[in-house]
Amino acid sequence: MGVPADLTIRSAGEALRSGELTAAQLLESVLNQAARTEAELHAYLTIDHDGARTAAAAADAAFEKGEDLGPLQGIPIGVKDNMVTDGVETTAGSQVLAGYVPPYDATAVAKLRSAGAVIVGKTNLDEFAMGSSTENSSFGPTRNPWDTERVPGGSSGGSAASVAARSAIAAIGSDTGGSIRQPAALCGVVGMKPTYGLVSRYGLIAFASSLDQIGPFGVTVDDTVTVLEAIAGHDPMDATSFNGPVPAFRTDLDRGVEDVRIGVVPELSGEGIDPDVRQAFERTVDALQGAGAVISEVSLPSSSYALSCYYLIAPAECSANLARFDGVRYGNRVDGSTVEEMMGRTRRAGLGPEVTRRVLLGTYALSAGYYDAFYGQAQRVRTLVARDFATAYESVDVLISPTSPTTAFELGARTQDPLSMYMSDVCTIPSNLAGEPSISVPIATDGSRLPIGFQIMAPALGEQMLFRVASAVEHLAGFEALSAEKVGA
Amino acid sequence: MSYEAVIGIETHVELKTRSKMFCGCSTEFGGEPNTHTCPVCLGLPGALPVPNRQAIDWIIEIGLALNSTIAEWSVFHRKNYFYADMPKNYQISQFDIPICTNGHLVVDVEGEQSRIGVTRVHMEEDTGKSTHMGGDGRIQSADYTLLDFNRAGVPLVEIVSEPDLRSPAQARAYVQELRDIVAALGVSDAKLEEGSMRFDANISLRPAGDDEFGVKVEVKNMNSFRSLERALTFEIERQTKALEAGDAVAQETRHWDEAAGVTHSMRSKEESSDYRYFTEPDLVPMEISAEWRDRIKAALPELPAQQRARYVEMGVDSVTATTLVDGGLGKLFEDAVAAGGSARTVSIWLTGEVTAYLRREEIEIGDTPLTGAALAELSGLVDAGEVSSSAAKPVLEGVLAGEGSPKEVAVARDLVQMKDTEALGAIVDSVLADHPDEAARLRDGDMKVVGYLMGQVMKASRGKADPKLANTMLRERA
Repeated sequence: MGVPADLTIRSAGEALRSGELTAAQLLESVLNQAARTEAELHAYLTIDHDGARTAAAAADAAFEKGEDLGPLQGIPIGVKDNMVTDGVETTAGSQVLAGYVPPYDATAVAKLRSAGAVIVGKTNLDEFAMGSSTENSSFGPTRNPWDTERVPGGSSGGSAASVAARSAIAAIGSDTGGSIRQPAALCGVVGMKPTYGLVSRYGLIAFASSLDQIGPFGVTVDDTVTVLEAIAGHDPMDATSFNGPVPAFRTDLDRGVEDVRIGVVPELSGEGIDPDVRQAFERTVDALQGAGAVISEVSLPSSSYALSCYYLIAPAECSANLARFDGVRYGNRVDGSTVEEMMGRTRRAGLGPEVTRRVLLGTYALSAGYYDAFYGQAQRVRTLVARDFATAYESVDVLISPTSPTTAFELGARTQDPLSMYMSDVCTIPSNLAGEPSISVPIATDGSRLPIGFQIMAPALGEQMLFRVASAVEHLAGFEALSAEKVGA
Repeated sequence: MSYEAVIGIETHVELKTRSKMFCGCSTEFGGEPNTHTCPVCLGLPGALPVPNRQAIDWIIEIGLALNSTIAEWSVFHRKNYFYADMPKNYQISQFDIPICTNGHLVVDVEGEQSRIGVTRVHMEEDTGKSTHMGGDGRIQSADYTLLDFNRAGVPLVEIVSEPDLRSPAQARAYVQELRDIVAALGVSDAKLEEGSMRFDANISLRPAGDDEFGVKVEVKNMNSFRSLERALTFEIERQTKALEAGDAVAQETRHWDEAAGVTHSMRSKEESSDYRYFTEPDLVPMEISAEWRDRIKAALPELPAQQRARYVEMGVDSVTATTLVDGGLGKLFEDAVAAGGSARTVSIWLTGEVTAYLRREEIEIGDTPLTGAALAELSGLVDAGEVSSSAAKPVLEGVLAGEGSPKEVAVARDLVQMKDTEALGAIVDSVLADHPDEAARLRDGDMKVVGYLMGQVMKASRGKADPKLANTMLRERA
């Protein structure tokens, strides 16, 4: 073993409980790694040194007294900067919120804290989570720890990069159209989007409310299970929060895939997928079959419309969600001679080009005379996509595809062509439209030594089966994460 | 040519739930600015709404009281527009699937009853309050504006009528009836002066007998029943003049200026907003089961129309019954009758003397010590002849002024009827002695002079003589 920062939640937990390691030492190792790598990677927008050290000291004091809040006690975790943190600047990657310090914690953050986790800081993201490369952050991009000329994916690129670079043991992000799974794939870590409603959205700065979901990043499937166990559960502050028994995520992790019915989605794994990605995917499918899984091909015919549907629904919702950033009550204001002028100037100065593009798209899609052709039609397609999934799950337990059509691309490669950027999420978007859980597990690297992600999708509340298959894929692939000392070396 | 007015009214009623529509903040009126606020009602980044169950119960109650159909399935929408006192720059409201549809109520204008359709009743949230500082108090001339979000998020029910109203008096009767209904349900303070009940009117004119609607004008800023009636009367005159002069009426929104008694153009149709309604993704659809609806229906209190009908059956005339209910005097009336008072007498006192007194003193009935028991006692005193019906009025005034019980006031103000035969006999005799001509006619059997002599007896007794007794005594001396 190298440094403590190389540990997983599980191995760090064992070291913390055996007395081999203190939470303070673990945190300092993680902070050192950040100090060494951040100038180049920029995974974090804010590192909360004081808050994190206080939390680590509290965890050590608890261990000393024999108090144990569970597996996250003393574990350094990164939080995507679109989740509000009481007293710690939260910007969502936008100039309009630069310097904004929220007065409350998002429910997911509060749950991490009450589980004894140590919040290292706030990770970088595409502005308001709109993007697939983290290049849309108004505070500068995050770079991929595997190759710093390349993007980490997005929008949760900072969370994915922090875990890959070992400047966090685990992290949380948000996924609206693939914003957890795609950067997880590009950074060679595990990233998971839970069933819509399983994790409270209270305190998550909304991009597209009906699609947004918070989920975990880790270097292992087991770690993502541990984080999800801490943050899932009903929240009376979120009316869309699931109010029923939380699935037993962990129960079947070691059960293997014998007789599990797995459907390969041809629409998401054929045309448009890079040859290296496709090959790695097919090798893993073969391995699953070898392990006893029943593989078949299951079509999702409406998925070809999913991307278009998503780019109407998400912008429409965001056009309303972002209306509050007007300079009146908080955030940065640019004065004007009338209220309308002040609001207009504030928004023009504060919101970046991609956000502006989506707000305009959404405003247009909802306008009188266009609503039915655009937003109304997109809602109908969404129903069809969900119906396709339901039909598919009549014959299989999970569906699989590559997570991203390509591995990490170079910075700037897609910034001038929004459509090619939007295509990055073609495999991940259908699960968001259906509100169903999905996970990306790293399986291999391509010819350029860049990670490739394998996506598993399950029906709503099917997390138990999802993690079961993910765990099997992880073992079959035997992917090797970056070690702390290799990052930036 | 004579024109017919076509009027529809949108009424906003703030519910008096303890907490706001989508958060736990207090709805209490007043309070230091921005003290009844939280991340949700301030629209802070990341905050989410959670609906207030009590408010949903109450809007169902209002819908049932207005004979509406209650939707089995209803959704919230976002209504998008930018306004500085609206925290999220969208209002959570309802669009095409409101909770209540297709209702009606009956209004009564001087005995003429009309059925007025209520298109829809829907749930939404209130905005904050802007105070423009400097200039003339309007935003255009202000130096700066202060925002208070204490009202932001208070549950608001919007009640939209069909264009069934035909006169300002009918419009006024309609909103008064609505006010009485929400007051009877106990779901709102329904105080116009505190803004807990507000209305906008749509009015158009058409040649009498035509079926087509004319061009519609929306009138805003009427903050009393009287100003609604005045504003509509003004608009009818203004539009009639325009039409008679051969001018077109512009489709626009107009602002009622209470002091000047006129409406001003605010904005024309061309500038009207596209609210880009879409379903509120932060909330799930409401499913209103038959069981939920029926439970609320079973617990509905008596409504003003039923109350008035009951009072009429108790012997009160219909105009007085309406005044009792509208004036919020029903409880006192019923208490008095329950304590043995005469329904007719008590109702006349309440709508006459008592109402006049309240208006004169500019106070509410609750500010006086008047009780149903006191009214019953006074009614008893009149029936027993201890206080004359004319003396009852000053007695009532004394009671309202806090001088004591009716009996105490009657004694203190020396208004107890003279029933003492000896004393009254002496007065009767002295009146006869003072009026020898009339006394002679009386003795000749001319009963027509009794009235005149009675007047003299009352005068001599300073109104205290028991008229029945005095009358008998005069006749005995014939």
